[in-house]
Amino acid sequence: MSDSFAAEFARARAVAWKDLTTERRSKAGFNAVVSLALTILLLFGFALGPDSGAVRAAAPGALWLAALFASVLAFGRSFQVELDGGALEMLLLYPGSRRAIYVGKLLANLAFVGLLIAIVVVASMVLFQVTIPRAWPAVLGIIGLGAVGVTALGTFYAAIASRSRAREVLLPLLLFPMLVPVLLAAVQGTKALMAGDLMNEAGAWISLLAGFDLLFLLAGFLAFDAVIDA
Amino acid sequence: MLVCGALAQLGERLVCNQEVIGSIPIRSTRLLEIDTAISTSLAIDARRVARRFGSRWVLTGASLSVAPGEAVGLIGENGSGKSTLLRILCTLLRPTAGDAAVFGFDVRQSARDVRRLVGFFPPAPGMYEELTARENLEFVRRMGEQPSASPDAALEEVGLAGLADQRVRGFSSGMLRRLALARLRMLRPRLLLLDEPYNNLDTAGIALVNATIRETVSGGGSALVVVHDTASAAPVLTRWFGLRGGRVAPEELPA
Repeated sequence: MSDSFAAEFARARAVAWKDLTTERRSKAGFNAVVSLALTILLLFGFALGPDSGAVRAAAPGALWLAALFASVLAFGRSFQVELDGGALEMLLLYPGSRRAIYVGKLLANLAFVGLLIAIVVVASMVLFQVTIPRAWPAVLGIIGLGAVGVTALGTFYAAIASRSRAREVLLPLLLFPMLVPVLLAAVQGTKALMAGDLMNEAGAWISLLAGFDLLFLLAGFLAFDAVIDA
Repeated sequence: MLVCGALAQLGERLVCNQEVIGSIPIRSTRLLEIDTAISTSLAIDARRVARRFGSRWVLTGASLSVAPGEAVGLIGENGSGKSTLLRILCTLLRPTAGDAAVFGFDVRQSARDVRRLVGFFPPAPGMYEELTARENLEFVRRMGEQPSASPDAALEEVGLAGLADQRVRGFSSGMLRRLALARLRMLRPRLLLLDEPYNNLDTAGIALVNATIRETVSGGGSALVVVHDTASAAPVLTRWFGLRGGRVAPEELPA
């Protein structure tokens, strides 16, 4: 290892800073992503009708699907910024490990998706008349783990899609099937906790989610160098 | 020497690549190894390099040697493979066949070392529109590992000091080219790979490009410059090559 961990982490932080500064200033991306998430929630509300019980039961699924669909736009944008004006080529030419780019983009996307999910959770509680569950720290844990899993995969597949001309179509096609385990564990875990975890199943879903997160983070980190190469 | 060696080892342990203790810059052993390689190898040694995109062969066996201290021009028709050759030399593309090395480092096997040595100046500026000029260069400083000039000094050199805090979004194409030139000057690469560097530049900008080439060459570095505007480049380039049919051949210096 010619580069120290500290030097690589400093590069990752630089990439995250650059991405977050760009997003904060352009605003268009975040506004569009949040608007899409809220629209999806509203559509779910209309589709489920006035039955408050059914609406409440569907809240965890609606929450996660809205966050997931909206996040895909965010992942696509994180590499679109690099493609505009040829910045990706310059980014790839820095001598450090390209994994620092993955970690940097992952951190920026995690902040972005975390904020998005926070907004979606609040909107879901209002729209679907959900009260704060007693096990709210565990719900926060599941939301955090779900956000990490979605972001780890989303960032990785956005990098793969960025090397293709059909990137807008390719990203959801590649990403959604891979997200099924994360989605399943996150929705079922959230649902169990909101219902009071009568069957003591939340722990198993949390463990599964944590396992997938670890797997996806490791796979993304190790394979990024190969997928970003032309 | 003993003290320097001990400090270099300490620097390696502390930050690995470059650390400053007091005012003494410490270079890593890897960078010292690279310095040794630079002094004993050709700046560019490309042998029968071929590259295919789909079924179309762009390069069919391009061979080119450039010695340290040389600045050479590469001319050819549109689509002849000039930019492809530059991208192979800076590790952005892999050759389909053949070998290429930069200061002795193979572009496939030692891509990271090659990237430490080359400075690529592409037609697109590669800047982030929402960042200011200074922030763009600050990002370059944080991502690079070689000793480099400060963003402010680089902006001063290219005449953009007065626009340091303006977002790049409003810059003209010529200003963007100058900013890209500032990035190149900050990194102080040993091998300049310039792809149409004079595009959209005024007389002062052209002089800046030529000054950058001269400074690099006078410091023992080299430059390979892809140009259509041979008149702008002629004062600083010593040899010319043409790229035709996927192969490189010497060209007469344009009158």
